[in-house]
Amino acid sequence: MSARAGGHESAFGHVTGTAIYTDEQTPPRDLLSLYPVTAPHAHARILGIDATRALALPGVVRVLTAADIPGQNNTGPILPDEPLIPAERVLYYGQAVAWVLAEDEATAITAASLVAVRYQALPARLGIEAAIADQAWHFPPAQVQRGDATTALAAAAFQLAGEVASGGQDHFYLETQTSWASFDAAGNILVTASTQHPSETQMMVAQVLGIAAHRVICRCLRMGGGFGGKETQANPFAALAALSVQLSGRPTRIKLRRALDMQLTGKRHPFLSRYQVGFDGDGRLLALKAELYADGGWSADLSPPVLMRAMVHIDNAYFIPHVAVTGYIAKTHLPSNTAFRGFGGPQGMLVAEEIIDRVARFLGLPADLVRERNFYCADQTPDRNTTHYGQPVVDNHLADLWQQLKTSSDFERRRAQINADNASISERKRGIAITPVKFGISFNKTDYNQAGALVLIYTDGSIQLNHGGTEMGQGLHSKMLAVAARVLGVSVDRIRVMVTSTDKVPNTSATAASSGADLNGQAVKAACEILLARLRPIAAAALHGAESEVRFQHDQVFLANAPANTFGFGDLVRAAYSARVSLAATGYYRTPGLSWDAARGYGHPFYYFAYGAAVSEVEVCGYTGRHRLRRVDLLHDVGESLLEGIDRGQIEGGFVQGMGWLTCEELRFGDNGRLLTDAPSTYKIPTLGEVPEDFRVNLYQRRSAVSTEVIFGSKGVGEPPLMLALSVREAIREAVAAFGSSAQVALASPATPEAIYRAITAVRGH
Amino acid sequence: MGTLLRQQTVGAWRYSLAMTPTFELNGRRMALTATDPKQSLLRWLQQHGLTGTKEGCADGDCGACTVAWQVSDQDGVTRYQAVNSCLLPVGALPGRCVLTVESLARNGVLHPAQQALIDAGGSQCGYCTPGFVMSLFVGCMNGELGDATTEGNLCRCTGYAPIRRATQQLAAATLDQSAWAIVPTAPVAAAPVAAVATPAVGDFYSPLSVAAALALKAQHADAAWIAGATDVGVQLSHGQTTAPVLIALDRIAELQRLEVTADSVWIGAGVSLSRIEKALADVVPTLAQMLPWFAARQVKNRATLGGNLGSASPIGDLLPVLLALDAEVHCRGQDGERVIPIDGYFLDYRKTALRADELILGVRLPRPPGLRSAAYKVAKRPTDDISIVAAVFALRLDSQQTVQTVRLAYGGVAATPSRARITEAYLLGKPLNAETVLHAQELLEGEFTPLGDHRASADYRRQLCGNLWRQFVAEQCS
Repeated sequence: MSARAGGHESAFGHVTGTAIYTDEQTPPRDLLSLYPVTAPHAHARILGIDATRALALPGVVRVLTAADIPGQNNTGPILPDEPLIPAERVLYYGQAVAWVLAEDEATAITAASLVAVRYQALPARLGIEAAIADQAWHFPPAQVQRGDATTALAAAAFQLAGEVASGGQDHFYLETQTSWASFDAAGNILVTASTQHPSETQMMVAQVLGIAAHRVICRCLRMGGGFGGKETQANPFAALAALSVQLSGRPTRIKLRRALDMQLTGKRHPFLSRYQVGFDGDGRLLALKAELYADGGWSADLSPPVLMRAMVHIDNAYFIPHVAVTGYIAKTHLPSNTAFRGFGGPQGMLVAEEIIDRVARFLGLPADLVRERNFYCADQTPDRNTTHYGQPVVDNHLADLWQQLKTSSDFERRRAQINADNASISERKRGIAITPVKFGISFNKTDYNQAGALVLIYTDGSIQLNHGGTEMGQGLHSKMLAVAARVLGVSVDRIRVMVTSTDKVPNTSATAASSGADLNGQAVKAACEILLARLRPIAAAALHGAESEVRFQHDQVFLANAPANTFGFGDLVRAAYSARVSLAATGYYRTPGLSWDAARGYGHPFYYFAYGAAVSEVEVCGYTGRHRLRRVDLLHDVGESLLEGIDRGQIEGGFVQGMGWLTCEELRFGDNGRLLTDAPSTYKIPTLGEVPEDFRVNLYQRRSAVSTEVIFGSKGVGEPPLMLALSVREAIREAVAAFGSSAQVALASPATPEAIYRAITAVRGH
Repeated sequence: MGTLLRQQTVGAWRYSLAMTPTFELNGRRMALTATDPKQSLLRWLQQHGLTGTKEGCADGDCGACTVAWQVSDQDGVTRYQAVNSCLLPVGALPGRCVLTVESLARNGVLHPAQQALIDAGGSQCGYCTPGFVMSLFVGCMNGELGDATTEGNLCRCTGYAPIRRATQQLAAATLDQSAWAIVPTAPVAAAPVAAVATPAVGDFYSPLSVAAALALKAQHADAAWIAGATDVGVQLSHGQTTAPVLIALDRIAELQRLEVTADSVWIGAGVSLSRIEKALADVVPTLAQMLPWFAARQVKNRATLGGNLGSASPIGDLLPVLLALDAEVHCRGQDGERVIPIDGYFLDYRKTALRADELILGVRLPRPPGLRSAAYKVAKRPTDDISIVAAVFALRLDSQQTVQTVRLAYGGVAATPSRARITEAYLLGKPLNAETVLHAQELLEGEFTPLGDHRASADYRRQLCGNLWRQFVAEQCS
């Protein structure tokens, strides 16, 4: 699909290899490369750095250490706890204590091995359990509560308590962290970075260099994948490249090799969750007390909002009258965990589905029935449609969507068939499960819910579109093109989306939280509407009609009552120029109605919710614990899709990425804190072979109009589909259960063959 | 299959500074002067500004760097092959014809593989896309389009669904292959080629005969053989130290022989796994069972049986197959040719009975009648992952269900690929029944002392040893 047909605007560049990423730019003369000197300890005191031998190597320009930083030695986005280059202490294995700047990368690599660093090793804290033992936290505990969970728990007919852990996940964007920096002709620092947040990258560069932000321009051409991994964690590498430019006067590039990228950068937070749930004999949840522990790693990074999103998604789609959730961020000597598609939501929702399954199995009820009984419901008394943090579940279509999927996936009949088949086959069991997704859309931090755009029309009628969002593959640029073309009534061929740059649109938010199209789309629309308002009087005069009758469509301008009498868009633009009317406009948008009291964990943090549901069917081998995904049916609510092809891509891709997190992707660290799974040979993301042949994806056809005011009735789609993959985990659990008759099926996450095998063994033991 | 290639009489392609080694890139002859022969093609492309080919891992595991090259097969037909450019040392290129993503579109018209990916919405971030394009291009040109076409390409964005749709669309269409072919200006890999040498990093030789290879080895005791370079290539890709001199075996016709007779199969050491997979699917089903799990397409196109044997990794998945099927390893050295029974071939971790001067010629697999055999592999990810445990069983029973022959071979549970000799001894001569199967399972769980690592625990590996046996009996012997 071309952009005109609703496909990705860079598709042609992708398939021909001509789409330019940061490290594929034409190298300037004298381009230098940076390579780190990494610490072989998870926790150590730096006693001394001797770079003499490295500096003696021909081609080595300089070795950067903490002492070389003119501004603040800090790139922490929330807390000032992230030294760009540590001066005294190593806080995780592989942390770079110095960077070699050399004429080429090979020389830098060789020289890095010649830098002699003396360390005093210190005891390292390598996981959540150790942090609990030490009571080592980045922040005081966070709270979200409603009602009186303690009393309601005691009063409930039934109570269960349990614990569930979920593993981390490497982003495995195909393009590793990359930044180029140079001086421009005016002496400004020009940074081109693979970053989801150019404005923050700009600010960090300025902060590290000790210069004003107006001397730094940060651009993002496009990213070879982001998924949250370049929301904050691109910043240090951009700052290092910029630091090198300032110190050496020469352009500098940095691109992490894969193993370094995996060792140095943070991932999805592993969680440990403990819960007590109270419920009645029908499986209705009455009370939940939970403690969530997130492994923050060595620095705070974005851990507080990640934890909070987990805490406000622990309900998934289920109404629980009395809730008390406490959250902790463990301070460990591991890479600093960060944003990853879903941003804590998946970790919270995994707990919800774990609890539902416990309750259902305890009561001997089908899990899907218990799920349905606990759905948030609008228009009921007493109210069952407000979350535990006080936000009404707006635009709630979940029950209808659920029934549509149950019907279209033939769920009941297939389950009956599977139950019958399972009875007759001893070592191969199948399982089927349906799970819902309700996911809040907006940044939890209200400040970030704003966006800007800059639209420039030239006198030949061509248009440049700038907006604050970045393109990481999700199709944001394609959607922005569609929005601008629709508002201006012109074809997409007339418009070029420009490289994201902080000198075009300033003070932008990260492209994250599934909000890129929502926020930037409204800003683009606003800019285009300003331009239309200026063009309309010109058109009305030229067409001899009323302004209110002027229409812009198909690159033509006409009056509603005389559609045959048209005026070309280009002619109109020239007329406007001659009439001395400005053809450039900025657009701005802030999401209305948001409020959030972080201290109380209460408010209206989300503009709306995205909904979806998934049915997965698996087969599990009793000899080995291997599983095979046989069929998947997804039904997801994207509202009025801006571009169907793009939205489907997000749903399919998000699901498979979630499936990887829950099944084959396993991060393992050594006893010394070194990441052992730092390459695709040891860290296994899904391949085509893991995706079922029978993979049915549909967009929810709503029965009533959209009740939100998102851009053109659409809905954010970046993150929510990832959590549709929880159906895979629950289907595996169903299959495991068929090997025995246990009232509880404990399944570790990720559900690797070994984890599944252990679960089967446990179920058989009962 | 089974045809013998014409014997090349030329000696080795000695890379020297006297001659300019060249290869063809996208239809243009390119000089390889002043190039480190151990450098990967991927790095070379990057340095020459061909940035369409992407680096995702430089380990041969993601496929983002996939390029196509043309190879003359044993039947004389020139075919395209998808290979990982990160694992391909530049030293292997002279005389070769390589295509990168930049070359596919003609006069502004996209190759059908490119167009199909666009039509299906098969790119999001686009970084993996050139690799998928090249895999699909080769699939189109060879008429081999299915899931396996892109099994060696990782995509983190799309969830693969649109890529599968693009593949199916291509498979359903008829393609005028000649319209898209790139005709080399000289016969592929037949021209006498010269050389690349950076003396500081040693030489890279491509002998054309076993005799020439052995002569080179006699001159350079510190030389290492390389076959498809899918193992050494990883070290080379990361600039790690390897043997100073490399002797590449991928142009020796004698090693490419594949022959099937009534009672045995001969597989030349240089035969690629892709070719084995295709040619022996019906002849040695156990081999064919293992190969789809062994590695991805790009790796199987280069990796060879001889390479697998030479590396002798405890997780080389073909090795338990050879153990279970009583293979004979044929090799030749300064003192002539000899046969090493596979049973005595593996000595210790990556140590074999091969002498330093010996070269593996091939493997003979007997085809005894009445053998029940099957291969199993458990890995974290079913497709293209390293084994937690690989197991290959072979069993012959008489009419009374008495065990006449038994081979229980494992990978991933010891320092070498190993047979479970205690259990084999227990089973031999006993009837195969519920009791003996169960006792064998218990023995198998105790027979090895595997390690626990990031792939799996030792305990799980032990239990798999027994369970896979039970699965084999249930599936093959009831």
